[in-house]
Amino acid sequence: MLNSRYKKRFLLGLTILAIVVAVGAPFTGMQFISLRSVLDPVSAGTDYDIFWRIRVPRVCISFLAGAGLAISGMAYQAMFRNLLATPYTLGVASGASLGAACYVHLGFMFSLLGIPGISVFAFCGAVLAVAFVYGITMLRGKRLASSTLLLAGVAISFFFSSLILFIQYLSTFAHSFQIVRWLMGAISVVGFEPVRQLTPFVLCGSLVILYLRHELNLLMAGEDLSTSRGVNVNRTRQFTFFATSLMVGGVVAVCGPIGFMGMMAPHICRLIIGADHRYLAPATLLFGGVFLTVCDTIARTIIAPAEMPVGIITALLGGPFFIWLLVGRSSDKWGMA
Amino acid sequence: MNPPIVEFEHFSFVLEGHMLLSDISLSIDPGEFVSIIGPNGAGKTTLLKCLERIHHTSHTGIRIAGKSLAAYSQRELARVVSYVPQADGVLPLFTVAEFIMMGRYPYLSPCTPPGKHDKAVVAEVLELTGTAQFSRRHLATLSGGERQRVFIAAALAQEARILLLDEPDVFLDPCHQSEIHGLLSRINRERGVTVLLITHDINLAALISGRILALKKGSLVYWGDPEGLMQEDVLFDIYGKPFVFVKHPSIGKNVVVTDAPC
Repeated sequence: MLNSRYKKRFLLGLTILAIVVAVGAPFTGMQFISLRSVLDPVSAGTDYDIFWRIRVPRVCISFLAGAGLAISGMAYQAMFRNLLATPYTLGVASGASLGAACYVHLGFMFSLLGIPGISVFAFCGAVLAVAFVYGITMLRGKRLASSTLLLAGVAISFFFSSLILFIQYLSTFAHSFQIVRWLMGAISVVGFEPVRQLTPFVLCGSLVILYLRHELNLLMAGEDLSTSRGVNVNRTRQFTFFATSLMVGGVVAVCGPIGFMGMMAPHICRLIIGADHRYLAPATLLFGGVFLTVCDTIARTIIAPAEMPVGIITALLGGPFFIWLLVGRSSDKWGMA
Repeated sequence: MNPPIVEFEHFSFVLEGHMLLSDISLSIDPGEFVSIIGPNGAGKTTLLKCLERIHHTSHTGIRIAGKSLAAYSQRELARVVSYVPQADGVLPLFTVAEFIMMGRYPYLSPCTPPGKHDKAVVAEVLELTGTAQFSRRHLATLSGGERQRVFIAAALAQEARILLLDEPDVFLDPCHQSEIHGLLSRINRERGVTVLLITHDINLAALISGRILALKKGSLVYWGDPEGLMQEDVLFDIYGKPFVFVKHPSIGKNVVVTDAPC
Protein backbone atom coordinates (compact mmCIF):
# COMPACT_ATOMS: atom_id res chain seq x y z
CA MET A 1 0.00 0.00 0.00
CA LEU A 2 1.11 3.52 -0.68
CA ASN A 3 1.34 5.32 2.62
CA SER A 4 0.00 8.80 3.12
CA ARG A 5 3.51 10.27 3.33
CA TYR A 6 4.28 8.96 -0.17
CA LYS A 7 1.00 10.37 -1.45
CA LYS A 8 1.66 13.78 0.08
CA ARG A 9 5.15 13.80 -1.44
CA PHE A 10 3.72 12.86 -4.81
CA LEU A 11 1.23 15.72 -4.56
CA LEU A 12 4.00 18.15 -3.61
CA GLY A 13 6.10 16.95 -6.54
CA LEU A 14 3.15 17.32 -8.90
CA THR A 15 2.50 20.86 -7.62
CA ILE A 16 6.14 21.83 -8.28
CA LEU A 17 5.95 20.22 -11.74
CA ALA A 18 2.73 22.14 -12.46
CA ILE A 19 4.42 25.43 -11.56
CA VAL A 20 7.49 24.59 -13.68
CA VAL A 21 5.34 23.60 -16.68
CA ALA A 22 3.00 26.60 -16.36
CA VAL A 23 5.92 29.02 -16.12
CA GLY A 24 8.13 27.32 -18.72
CA ALA A 25 5.56 26.50 -21.42
CA PRO A 26 4.95 30.10 -22.63
CA PHE A 27 8.66 30.52 -23.37
CA THR A 28 8.63 27.42 -25.58
CA GLY A 29 7.20 27.28 -29.08
CA MET A 30 8.15 27.73 -32.70
CA GLN A 31 10.67 30.23 -31.37
CA PHE A 32 12.09 30.36 -27.86
CA ILE A 33 11.37 33.69 -26.17
CA SER A 34 13.96 35.05 -23.77
CA LEU A 35 13.14 36.30 -20.28
CA ARG A 36 14.38 39.78 -21.18
CA SER A 37 11.95 40.05 -24.09
CA VAL A 38 8.90 39.43 -21.93
CA LEU A 39 9.86 42.09 -19.41
CA ASP A 40 10.74 44.86 -21.81
CA PRO A 41 8.04 45.70 -24.37
CA VAL A 42 10.11 48.36 -26.10
CA SER A 43 13.16 46.35 -27.15
CA ALA A 44 11.38 42.96 -27.54
CA GLY A 45 8.97 44.01 -30.30
CA THR A 46 6.59 41.21 -31.39
CA ASP A 47 8.03 38.68 -28.89
CA TYR A 48 6.44 40.64 -26.07
CA ASP A 49 3.02 40.47 -27.70
CA ILE A 50 3.40 36.81 -28.70
CA PHE A 51 4.29 35.97 -25.11
CA TRP A 52 1.63 37.95 -23.25
CA ARG A 53 -1.24 37.99 -25.75
CA ILE A 54 -0.95 34.48 -27.27
CA ARG A 55 1.23 32.06 -25.35
CA VAL A 56 0.38 32.92 -21.72
CA PRO A 57 -3.40 32.90 -22.29
CA ARG A 58 -3.03 29.67 -24.25
CA VAL A 59 -1.09 27.98 -21.44
CA CYS A 60 -3.72 29.19 -18.95
CA ILE A 61 -6.52 27.75 -21.09
CA SER A 62 -4.64 24.45 -21.58
CA PHE A 63 -4.10 24.09 -17.86
CA LEU A 64 -7.68 24.97 -16.97
CA ALA A 65 -9.15 22.72 -19.67
CA GLY A 66 -6.88 19.78 -18.80
CA ALA A 67 -7.59 20.12 -15.09
CA GLY A 68 -11.34 20.48 -15.65
CA LEU A 69 -11.68 17.54 -18.03
CA ALA A 70 -9.53 15.27 -15.87
CA ILE A 71 -11.33 15.93 -12.59
CA SER A 72 -14.73 15.65 -14.32
CA GLY A 73 -13.76 12.24 -15.70
CA MET A 74 -12.67 11.16 -12.25
CA ALA A 75 -15.96 12.30 -10.72
CA TYR A 76 -18.05 10.47 -13.34
CA GLN A 77 -15.99 7.29 -12.91
CA ALA A 78 -16.76 7.36 -9.18
CA MET A 79 -20.39 8.35 -9.60
CA PHE A 80 -21.14 5.55 -12.07
CA ARG A 81 -18.71 3.04 -10.53
CA ASN A 82 -17.48 2.62 -14.08
CA LEU A 83 -13.86 3.16 -15.02
CA LEU A 84 -14.80 3.70 -18.67
CA ALA A 85 -16.86 6.81 -17.90
CA THR A 86 -15.55 10.06 -19.40
CA PRO A 87 -16.60 13.71 -19.05
CA TYR A 88 -18.47 13.21 -22.32
CA THR A 89 -20.45 10.16 -21.17
CA LEU A 90 -23.55 12.24 -20.40
CA GLY A 91 -23.68 13.86 -23.82
CA VAL A 92 -22.18 17.24 -22.91
CA ALA A 93 -19.62 17.09 -25.73
CA SER A 94 -22.23 16.01 -28.28
CA GLY A 95 -24.47 18.87 -27.20
CA ALA A 96 -21.64 21.36 -27.49
CA SER A 97 -20.58 19.93 -30.85
CA LEU A 98 -24.14 20.16 -32.14
CA GLY A 99 -24.25 23.81 -31.07
CA ALA A 100 -20.96 24.49 -32.87
CA ALA A 101 -22.11 22.59 -35.98
CA CYS A 102 -25.33 24.66 -36.09
CA TYR A 103 -23.33 27.86 -35.81
CA VAL A 104 -21.04 26.89 -38.69
CA HIS A 105 -23.84 25.54 -40.88
CA LEU A 106 -26.01 28.64 -40.43
CA GLY A 107 -23.05 30.81 -41.41
CA PHE A 108 -23.21 33.06 -38.38
CA MET A 109 -20.32 35.39 -37.62
CA PHE A 110 -20.74 37.26 -34.37
CA SER A 111 -19.44 37.56 -30.85
CA LEU A 112 -21.37 38.20 -27.66
CA LEU A 113 -19.72 40.32 -24.97
CA GLY A 114 -16.35 39.42 -26.46
CA ILE A 115 -17.14 35.68 -26.55
CA PRO A 116 -16.91 34.11 -30.02
CA GLY A 117 -20.30 33.07 -31.39
CA ILE A 118 -19.19 29.44 -31.87
CA SER A 119 -18.38 29.19 -28.14
CA VAL A 120 -21.76 30.69 -27.24
CA PHE A 121 -23.55 28.15 -29.45
CA ALA A 122 -21.39 25.29 -28.12
CA PHE A 123 -22.13 26.21 -24.52
CA CYS A 124 -25.86 26.47 -25.24
CA GLY A 125 -25.71 23.02 -26.86
CA ALA A 126 -23.95 21.61 -23.78
CA VAL A 127 -26.58 23.12 -21.47
CA LEU A 128 -29.33 21.71 -23.69
CA ALA A 129 -27.81 18.21 -23.45
CA VAL A 130 -27.52 18.51 -19.65
CA ALA A 131 -31.14 19.67 -19.39
CA PHE A 132 -32.35 16.76 -21.58
CA VAL A 133 -30.39 14.14 -19.65
CA TYR A 134 -31.51 15.51 -16.28
CA GLY A 135 -35.12 15.85 -17.43
CA ILE A 136 -35.30 12.31 -18.82
CA THR A 137 -33.78 10.87 -15.63
CA MET A 138 -36.19 12.75 -13.39
CA LEU A 139 -39.15 11.67 -15.54
CA ARG A 140 -38.35 8.05 -14.63
CA GLY A 141 -38.44 8.78 -10.90
CA LYS A 142 -37.76 11.50 -8.38
CA ARG A 143 -34.23 10.27 -7.79
CA LEU A 144 -31.15 10.68 -9.95
CA ALA A 145 -30.62 6.93 -10.50
CA SER A 146 -27.18 6.31 -11.96
CA SER A 147 -28.27 3.64 -14.45
CA THR A 148 -31.03 5.88 -15.90
CA LEU A 149 -28.67 8.86 -15.95
CA LEU A 150 -26.05 6.85 -17.81
CA LEU A 151 -28.52 5.46 -20.36
CA ALA A 152 -30.11 8.88 -20.90
CA GLY A 153 -26.62 10.36 -21.42
CA VAL A 154 -25.64 7.71 -23.95
CA ALA A 155 -28.97 8.05 -25.80
CA ILE A 156 -28.69 11.85 -26.01
CA SER A 157 -25.07 11.53 -27.06
CA PHE A 158 -25.95 9.22 -29.96
CA PHE A 159 -28.95 11.33 -30.95
CA PHE A 160 -26.94 14.55 -31.04
CA SER A 161 -24.07 12.83 -32.88
CA SER A 162 -26.54 11.75 -35.57
CA LEU A 163 -27.82 15.31 -35.86
CA ILE A 164 -24.22 16.52 -36.29
CA LEU A 165 -23.71 14.01 -39.13
CA PHE A 166 -26.97 15.17 -40.68
CA ILE A 167 -25.86 18.81 -40.52
CA GLN A 168 -22.47 17.87 -42.01
CA TYR A 169 -24.25 16.01 -44.81
CA LEU A 170 -26.27 19.11 -45.64
CA SER A 171 -23.31 21.50 -45.33
CA THR A 172 -20.94 22.78 -47.99
CA PHE A 173 -17.47 21.25 -48.18
CA ALA A 174 -15.92 24.25 -46.43
CA HIS A 175 -18.45 24.21 -43.59
CA SER A 176 -18.13 20.46 -43.22
CA PHE A 177 -14.34 20.76 -42.92
CA GLN A 178 -14.76 23.57 -40.38
CA ILE A 179 -17.04 21.34 -38.29
CA VAL A 180 -14.63 18.38 -38.46
CA ARG A 181 -11.74 20.65 -37.48
CA TRP A 182 -13.71 21.94 -34.48
CA LEU A 183 -14.56 18.38 -33.42
CA MET A 184 -10.83 17.56 -33.25
CA GLY A 185 -10.42 20.10 -30.47
CA ALA A 186 -7.94 22.94 -30.51
CA ILE A 187 -6.68 25.53 -28.09
CA SER A 188 -6.24 28.73 -30.06
CA VAL A 189 -7.00 31.86 -28.10
CA VAL A 190 -5.86 35.44 -28.20
CA GLY A 191 -5.89 37.62 -25.11
CA PHE A 192 -7.12 36.90 -21.62
CA GLU A 193 -10.87 37.15 -22.29
CA PRO A 194 -11.35 33.35 -22.80
CA VAL A 195 -9.30 32.72 -19.64
CA ARG A 196 -11.56 35.06 -17.70
CA GLN A 197 -14.61 33.25 -19.09
CA LEU A 198 -13.40 29.73 -18.38
CA THR A 199 -11.86 30.25 -14.93
CA PRO A 200 -15.13 30.50 -12.93
CA PHE A 201 -16.46 27.26 -14.49
CA VAL A 202 -13.33 25.23 -13.76
CA LEU A 203 -12.72 26.82 -10.36
CA CYS A 204 -16.29 26.33 -9.07
CA GLY A 205 -16.62 22.84 -10.58
CA SER A 206 -13.29 21.68 -9.16
CA LEU A 207 -14.04 23.08 -5.72
CA VAL A 208 -17.35 21.19 -5.65
CA ILE A 209 -15.61 17.93 -6.60
CA LEU A 210 -12.79 18.47 -4.07
CA TYR A 211 -15.42 19.18 -1.40
CA LEU A 212 -17.20 15.91 -2.27
CA ARG A 213 -14.07 13.72 -2.15
CA HIS A 214 -15.27 11.63 0.85
CA GLU A 215 -18.66 11.11 -0.82
CA LEU A 216 -17.01 10.05 -4.09
CA ASN A 217 -14.99 7.46 -2.17
CA LEU A 218 -18.18 6.01 -0.78
CA LEU A 219 -20.06 6.13 -4.09
CA MET A 220 -17.29 3.91 -5.48
CA ALA A 221 -18.31 1.37 -2.84
CA GLY A 222 -21.93 1.29 -4.02
CA GLU A 223 -25.18 3.13 -3.40
CA ASP A 224 -26.43 0.98 -0.51
CA LEU A 225 -23.15 1.15 1.33
CA SER A 226 -22.73 4.90 0.87
CA THR A 227 -26.29 5.55 2.05
CA SER A 228 -25.67 3.43 5.13
CA ARG A 229 -22.50 5.42 5.86
CA GLY A 230 -24.57 8.61 5.90
CA VAL A 231 -24.14 9.96 2.36
CA ASN A 232 -27.11 11.72 0.80
CA VAL A 233 -26.59 9.93 -2.51
CA ASN A 234 -29.17 11.84 -4.52
CA ARG A 235 -27.85 15.25 -3.48
CA THR A 236 -24.24 14.18 -4.07
CA ARG A 237 -25.15 13.01 -7.58
CA GLN A 238 -26.99 16.26 -8.34
CA PHE A 239 -24.04 18.40 -7.21
CA THR A 240 -21.55 16.24 -9.12
CA PHE A 241 -23.73 16.17 -12.23
CA PHE A 242 -24.25 19.92 -12.46
CA ALA A 243 -20.73 20.93 -11.37
CA THR A 244 -19.02 18.65 -13.87
CA SER A 245 -21.49 19.21 -16.70
CA LEU A 246 -21.15 22.99 -16.58
CA MET A 247 -17.38 22.71 -16.20
CA VAL A 248 -17.10 20.38 -19.22
CA GLY A 249 -19.59 22.54 -21.15
CA GLY A 250 -17.38 25.59 -20.53
CA VAL A 251 -14.20 23.76 -21.56
CA VAL A 252 -15.71 22.24 -24.71
CA ALA A 253 -17.18 25.60 -25.73
CA VAL A 254 -13.70 27.16 -25.70
CA CYS A 255 -11.48 24.25 -26.81
CA GLY A 256 -13.74 21.76 -28.57
CA PRO A 257 -14.07 18.14 -27.44
CA ILE A 258 -10.49 17.19 -26.60
CA GLY A 259 -10.51 13.42 -26.33
CA PHE A 260 -8.63 11.02 -24.07
CA MET A 261 -7.84 13.42 -21.20
CA GLY A 262 -10.97 12.87 -19.14
CA MET A 263 -10.74 9.11 -19.11
CA MET A 264 -7.03 8.46 -18.97
CA ALA A 265 -5.75 11.20 -16.66
CA PRO A 266 -7.69 9.86 -13.63
CA HIS A 267 -6.58 6.31 -14.48
CA ILE A 268 -2.94 7.30 -14.70
CA CYS A 269 -3.17 9.07 -11.32
CA ARG A 270 -5.09 6.15 -9.81
CA LEU A 271 -2.31 3.80 -10.88
CA ILE A 272 0.32 6.00 -9.27
CA ILE A 273 -1.40 7.27 -6.12
CA GLY A 274 -4.31 4.87 -5.48
CA ALA A 275 -8.09 5.26 -5.52
CA ASP A 276 -8.61 7.38 -2.40
CA HIS A 277 -10.21 10.59 -3.67
CA ARG A 278 -8.71 12.64 -0.84
CA TYR A 279 -5.43 12.36 -2.75
CA LEU A 280 -6.68 11.30 -6.17
CA ALA A 281 -8.82 14.43 -6.76
CA PRO A 282 -6.03 17.03 -6.32
CA ALA A 283 -3.56 14.76 -8.15
CA THR A 284 -5.92 14.36 -11.12
CA LEU A 285 -6.59 18.10 -11.22
CA LEU A 286 -2.86 18.94 -11.34
CA PHE A 287 -1.91 16.08 -13.65
CA GLY A 288 -4.69 16.96 -16.11
CA GLY A 289 -3.48 20.56 -16.24
CA VAL A 290 0.17 19.61 -16.66
CA PHE A 291 -0.53 16.91 -19.25
CA LEU A 292 -2.69 19.06 -21.53
CA THR A 293 -0.27 21.99 -21.26
CA VAL A 294 2.63 19.75 -22.30
CA CYS A 295 0.57 18.22 -25.12
CA ASP A 296 -0.47 21.64 -26.39
CA THR A 297 3.12 22.88 -26.31
CA ILE A 298 4.13 19.87 -28.42
CA ALA A 299 1.11 20.38 -30.72
CA ARG A 300 2.10 23.96 -31.54
CA THR A 301 5.81 23.14 -31.89
CA ILE A 302 6.22 19.77 -33.57
CA ILE A 303 5.17 20.75 -37.12
CA ALA A 304 5.62 24.53 -36.74
CA PRO A 305 4.61 26.87 -38.25
CA ALA A 306 1.53 24.64 -38.67
CA GLU A 307 -0.28 23.26 -35.62
CA MET A 308 -1.58 19.79 -34.84
CA PRO A 309 -4.95 19.35 -33.12
CA VAL A 310 -4.05 18.79 -29.47
CA GLY A 311 -6.44 15.83 -29.16
CA ILE A 312 -4.13 13.81 -31.44
CA ILE A 313 -1.12 14.49 -29.20
CA THR A 314 -3.00 13.67 -25.97
CA ALA A 315 -3.94 10.24 -27.31
CA LEU A 316 -0.56 9.59 -28.94
CA LEU A 317 1.38 10.40 -25.78
CA GLY A 318 -1.08 9.27 -23.14
CA GLY A 319 -1.98 5.93 -24.70
CA PRO A 320 1.51 4.36 -24.64
CA PHE A 321 2.26 5.96 -21.24
CA PHE A 322 -0.89 4.43 -19.80
CA ILE A 323 -0.08 1.00 -21.28
CA TRP A 324 3.44 1.21 -19.86
CA LEU A 325 2.00 1.92 -16.42
CA LEU A 326 -0.62 -0.80 -16.80
CA VAL A 327 1.79 -3.62 -17.70
CA GLY A 328 4.75 -2.34 -15.74
CA ARG A 329 3.38 -2.84 -12.24
CA SER A 330 1.39 -5.60 -10.56
CA SER A 331 -2.32 -4.92 -10.64
CA ASP A 332 -2.95 -5.57 -6.93
CA LYS A 333 -0.70 -2.63 -6.03
CA TRP A 334 -3.16 -0.38 -7.76
CA GLY A 335 -6.30 -2.12 -6.56
CA MET A 336 -7.24 -2.96 -10.10
CA ALA A 337 -7.08 -6.73 -9.81
CA MET B 1 -36.03 -1.18 31.80
CA ASN B 2 -34.48 0.43 28.71
CA PRO B 3 -36.86 1.67 26.01
CA PRO B 4 -36.80 -0.30 22.71
CA ILE B 5 -34.03 0.64 20.28
CA VAL B 6 -36.03 -0.34 17.18
CA GLU B 7 -39.82 -0.14 16.94
CA PHE B 8 -42.09 -0.96 14.02
CA GLU B 9 -45.67 0.17 14.45
CA HIS B 10 -48.04 -1.06 11.74
CA PHE B 11 -45.28 -0.44 9.21
CA SER B 12 -46.03 -1.18 5.55
CA PHE B 13 -43.89 -0.52 2.49
CA VAL B 14 -45.06 -0.29 -1.11
CA LEU B 15 -42.64 -0.14 -4.06
CA GLU B 16 -43.90 0.54 -7.60
CA GLY B 17 -47.38 -0.63 -6.66
CA HIS B 18 -46.23 -3.84 -4.94
CA MET B 19 -46.80 -4.30 -1.21
CA LEU B 20 -43.39 -5.57 -0.06
CA LEU B 21 -43.97 -5.27 3.69
CA SER B 22 -47.34 -5.33 5.34
CA ASP B 23 -48.37 -4.21 8.80
CA ILE B 24 -45.19 -5.05 10.70
CA SER B 25 -45.36 -4.33 14.43
CA LEU B 26 -42.60 -5.30 16.86
CA SER B 27 -40.00 -3.79 19.14
CA ILE B 28 -36.37 -4.78 19.72
CA ASP B 29 -34.52 -4.06 22.96
CA PRO B 30 -31.02 -2.61 23.13
CA GLY B 31 -28.30 -5.27 23.01
CA GLU B 32 -30.53 -7.97 21.51
CA PHE B 33 -29.33 -10.41 18.87
CA VAL B 34 -32.17 -10.88 16.37
CA SER B 35 -32.09 -13.17 13.36
CA ILE B 36 -34.40 -12.54 10.43
CA ILE B 37 -35.43 -15.64 8.50
CA GLY B 38 -37.92 -16.49 5.79
CA PRO B 39 -38.13 -17.79 2.25
CA ASN B 40 -36.66 -15.86 -0.70
CA GLY B 41 -38.71 -12.79 -1.53
CA ALA B 42 -40.20 -12.61 1.97
CA GLY B 43 -39.04 -9.00 2.46
CA LYS B 44 -36.04 -9.55 4.75
CA THR B 45 -33.61 -7.32 2.84
CA THR B 46 -36.38 -4.78 2.23
CA LEU B 47 -36.97 -4.55 5.98
CA LEU B 48 -33.29 -3.77 6.65
CA LYS B 49 -33.13 -1.31 3.74
CA CYS B 50 -36.15 0.53 5.15
CA LEU B 51 -34.39 0.74 8.51
CA GLU B 52 -31.31 2.22 6.81
CA ARG B 53 -33.48 4.49 4.63
CA ILE B 54 -31.92 2.98 1.51
CA HIS B 55 -35.49 2.53 0.32
CA HIS B 56 -37.24 5.84 -0.03
CA THR B 57 -40.55 6.05 1.75
CA SER B 58 -42.21 8.28 4.32
CA HIS B 59 -40.82 5.95 7.03
CA THR B 60 -43.69 6.65 9.38
CA GLY B 61 -44.14 3.70 11.67
CA ILE B 62 -40.43 3.16 12.40
CA ARG B 63 -38.72 4.56 15.49
CA ILE B 64 -34.99 4.23 16.18
CA ALA B 65 -33.73 4.93 19.70
CA GLY B 66 -37.00 6.60 20.59
CA LYS B 67 -37.01 8.95 17.60
CA SER B 68 -38.99 8.69 14.39
CA LEU B 69 -36.80 7.46 11.50
CA ALA B 70 -38.07 10.34 9.34
CA ALA B 71 -36.59 12.83 11.84
CA TYR B 72 -33.00 11.64 11.29
CA SER B 73 -30.66 13.13 8.71
CA GLN B 74 -28.79 10.40 6.79
CA ARG B 75 -25.58 11.30 8.63
CA GLU B 76 -27.27 11.19 12.06
CA LEU B 77 -28.81 7.85 11.20
CA ALA B 78 -25.40 6.44 10.24
CA ARG B 79 -24.19 7.21 13.76
CA VAL B 80 -26.92 4.96 15.18
CA VAL B 81 -27.37 2.26 12.53
CA SER B 82 -24.68 0.57 10.44
CA TYR B 83 -25.20 -1.92 7.65
CA VAL B 84 -23.29 -4.72 5.97
CA PRO B 85 -25.01 -5.27 2.61
CA GLN B 86 -25.10 -8.44 0.58
CA ALA B 87 -21.91 -8.87 -1.44
CA ASP B 88 -22.62 -7.52 -4.94
CA GLY B 89 -19.39 -8.80 -6.46
CA VAL B 90 -18.04 -5.33 -7.33
CA LEU B 91 -15.25 -4.32 -4.97
CA PRO B 92 -14.18 -0.73 -4.54
CA LEU B 93 -10.53 -0.06 -5.41
CA PHE B 94 -9.37 0.62 -1.87
CA THR B 95 -7.04 -0.88 0.66
CA VAL B 96 -8.53 -2.43 3.80
CA ALA B 97 -7.43 0.50 5.98
CA GLU B 98 -8.81 3.09 3.54
CA PHE B 99 -12.11 1.25 3.31
CA ILE B 100 -12.51 0.94 7.07
CA MET B 101 -11.66 4.62 7.54
CA MET B 102 -14.59 5.38 5.22
CA GLY B 103 -16.79 4.03 8.02
CA ARG B 104 -15.89 7.20 9.92
CA TYR B 105 -17.70 9.34 7.32
CA PRO B 106 -20.61 10.31 9.63
CA TYR B 107 -18.11 11.95 11.98
CA LEU B 108 -15.78 13.56 9.43
CA SER B 109 -15.88 17.17 8.34
CA PRO B 110 -15.34 17.84 4.61
CA CYS B 111 -12.48 20.23 5.34
CA THR B 112 -10.47 18.39 7.99
CA PRO B 113 -8.61 15.09 7.76
CA PRO B 114 -9.47 12.17 10.10
CA GLY B 115 -8.38 12.98 13.66
CA LYS B 116 -6.73 10.94 16.42
CA HIS B 117 -10.02 9.48 17.63
CA ASP B 118 -10.94 8.33 14.10
CA LYS B 119 -7.58 6.61 13.72
CA ALA B 120 -7.91 5.01 17.17
CA VAL B 121 -11.37 3.64 16.32
CA VAL B 122 -10.07 2.18 13.04
CA ALA B 123 -7.12 0.57 14.85
CA GLU B 124 -9.49 -0.89 17.45
CA VAL B 125 -11.88 -2.46 14.91
CA LEU B 126 -8.95 -3.78 12.86
CA GLU B 127 -7.80 -5.55 16.02
CA LEU B 128 -11.27 -6.75 17.04
CA THR B 129 -12.05 -8.25 13.64
CA GLY B 130 -8.58 -9.73 13.12
CA THR B 131 -8.03 -7.68 9.98
CA ALA B 132 -5.02 -5.69 11.16
CA GLN B 133 -2.50 -8.05 9.55
CA PHE B 134 -3.81 -7.31 6.05
CA SER B 135 -4.82 -3.68 6.53
CA ARG B 136 -2.48 -2.53 3.74
CA ARG B 137 -3.77 -4.95 1.13
CA HIS B 138 -6.38 -4.15 -1.48
CA LEU B 139 -9.88 -5.55 -1.06
CA ALA B 140 -9.59 -7.40 -4.36
CA THR B 141 -6.70 -9.51 -3.04
CA LEU B 142 -8.60 -10.87 0.01
CA SER B 143 -10.38 -14.18 0.40
CA GLY B 144 -14.17 -14.23 0.88
CA GLY B 145 -13.90 -14.67 4.65
CA GLU B 146 -11.32 -11.90 5.02
CA ARG B 147 -13.48 -9.59 2.92
CA GLN B 148 -16.55 -10.18 5.06
CA ARG B 149 -14.57 -9.39 8.20
CA VAL B 150 -13.39 -6.17 6.57
CA PHE B 151 -16.97 -5.17 5.71
CA ILE B 152 -18.02 -5.87 9.31
CA ALA B 153 -15.02 -3.87 10.57
CA ALA B 154 -16.01 -0.92 8.36
CA ALA B 155 -19.55 -1.03 9.76
CA LEU B 156 -18.18 -1.18 13.31
CA ALA B 157 -16.04 1.89 12.61
CA GLN B 158 -19.31 3.82 12.49
CA GLU B 159 -19.62 3.23 16.27
CA ALA B 160 -23.33 2.63 15.77
CA ARG B 161 -25.53 0.99 18.39
CA ILE B 162 -27.36 -1.15 15.82
CA LEU B 163 -25.65 -3.43 13.30
CA LEU B 164 -27.66 -4.77 10.36
CA LEU B 165 -26.20 -7.64 8.35
CA ASP B 166 -27.60 -9.11 5.15
CA GLU B 167 -26.38 -12.69 4.81
CA PRO B 168 -22.77 -11.97 5.76
CA ASP B 169 -21.91 -15.70 5.61
CA VAL B 170 -23.14 -16.35 2.09
CA PHE B 171 -20.54 -18.01 -0.21
CA LEU B 172 -18.33 -18.91 2.78
CA ASP B 173 -17.19 -22.39 3.76
CA PRO B 174 -18.38 -23.77 7.15
CA CYS B 175 -15.12 -22.82 8.86
CA HIS B 176 -15.28 -19.18 7.74
CA GLN B 177 -19.01 -19.07 8.46
CA SER B 178 -18.39 -20.10 12.04
CA GLU B 179 -15.60 -17.49 12.28
CA ILE B 180 -18.06 -14.75 11.22
CA HIS B 181 -20.76 -16.00 13.61
CA GLY B 182 -18.27 -16.04 16.49
CA LEU B 183 -17.27 -12.48 15.66
CA LEU B 184 -20.88 -11.30 15.59
CA SER B 185 -21.62 -12.96 18.94
CA ARG B 186 -18.58 -11.27 20.46
CA ILE B 187 -19.57 -7.87 19.10
CA ASN B 188 -23.06 -8.32 20.54
CA ARG B 189 -21.87 -9.62 23.92
CA GLU B 190 -18.82 -7.46 24.56
CA ARG B 191 -19.83 -4.17 22.94
CA GLY B 192 -23.57 -4.35 23.58
CA VAL B 193 -24.33 -3.72 19.89
CA THR B 194 -27.87 -4.68 18.84
CA VAL B 195 -27.51 -7.11 15.91
CA LEU B 196 -30.13 -7.81 13.24
CA LEU B 197 -28.89 -10.64 11.05
CA ILE B 198 -30.55 -11.98 7.90
CA THR B 199 -29.79 -15.65 7.44
CA HIS B 200 -31.17 -18.70 5.67
CA ASP B 201 -29.64 -20.99 8.28
CA ILE B 202 -32.47 -21.85 10.67
CA ASN B 203 -30.16 -23.76 13.02
CA LEU B 204 -27.73 -20.88 13.24
CA ALA B 205 -30.60 -18.47 13.93
CA ALA B 206 -31.87 -20.73 16.71
CA LEU B 207 -28.44 -21.15 18.30
CA ILE B 208 -27.07 -17.63 18.05
CA SER B 209 -30.11 -15.35 18.54
CA GLY B 210 -32.08 -14.13 21.51
CA ARG B 211 -35.17 -13.68 19.35
CA ILE B 212 -36.11 -14.58 15.80
CA LEU B 213 -38.20 -12.68 13.32
CA ALA B 214 -39.74 -14.64 10.46
CA LEU B 215 -41.26 -13.05 7.38
CA LYS B 216 -43.36 -14.56 4.64
CA LYS B 217 -44.66 -12.61 1.64
CA GLY B 218 -43.98 -9.35 3.46
CA SER B 219 -45.88 -10.27 6.63
CA LEU B 220 -44.58 -11.08 10.06
CA VAL B 221 -45.32 -14.76 10.72
CA TYR B 222 -43.15 -15.37 13.77
CA TRP B 223 -41.59 -13.11 16.39
CA GLY B 224 -40.27 -14.80 19.49
CA ASP B 225 -37.62 -17.00 21.07
CA PRO B 226 -35.74 -19.79 19.26
CA GLU B 227 -37.49 -22.58 21.18
CA GLY B 228 -40.86 -21.42 19.91
CA LEU B 229 -39.57 -21.37 16.33
CA MET B 230 -38.24 -24.92 16.36
CA GLN B 231 -41.71 -26.46 16.11
CA GLU B 232 -42.92 -28.43 13.13
CA ASP B 233 -46.07 -26.37 12.56
CA VAL B 234 -44.30 -23.03 12.95
CA LEU B 235 -41.60 -23.86 10.40
CA PHE B 236 -44.21 -25.37 8.09
CA ASP B 237 -46.13 -22.07 8.30
CA ILE B 238 -43.02 -20.13 7.31
CA TYR B 239 -41.57 -22.34 4.57
CA GLY B 240 -44.57 -24.44 3.52
CA LYS B 241 -42.45 -27.57 3.85
CA PRO B 242 -41.96 -30.19 6.58
CA PHE B 243 -38.63 -30.38 8.46
CA VAL B 244 -37.13 -33.23 10.45
CA PHE B 245 -35.98 -32.41 14.00
CA VAL B 246 -32.95 -34.08 15.56
CA LYS B 247 -31.23 -33.52 18.89
CA HIS B 248 -27.84 -31.83 18.62
CA PRO B 249 -25.44 -34.35 20.21
CA SER B 250 -23.31 -31.83 22.09
CA ILE B 251 -25.65 -29.00 23.06
CA GLY B 252 -28.83 -31.05 23.40
CA LYS B 253 -31.02 -28.57 21.51
CA ASN B 254 -33.35 -29.32 18.60
CA VAL B 255 -31.89 -28.69 15.14
CA VAL B 256 -33.60 -29.20 11.80
CA VAL B 257 -32.66 -31.03 8.65
CA THR B 258 -34.58 -30.99 5.40
CA ASP B 259 -36.76 -34.00 4.80
CA ALA B 260 -36.37 -34.43 1.06
CA PRO B 261 -35.36 -32.32 -1.92
CA CYS B 262 -37.74 -29.39 -2.41
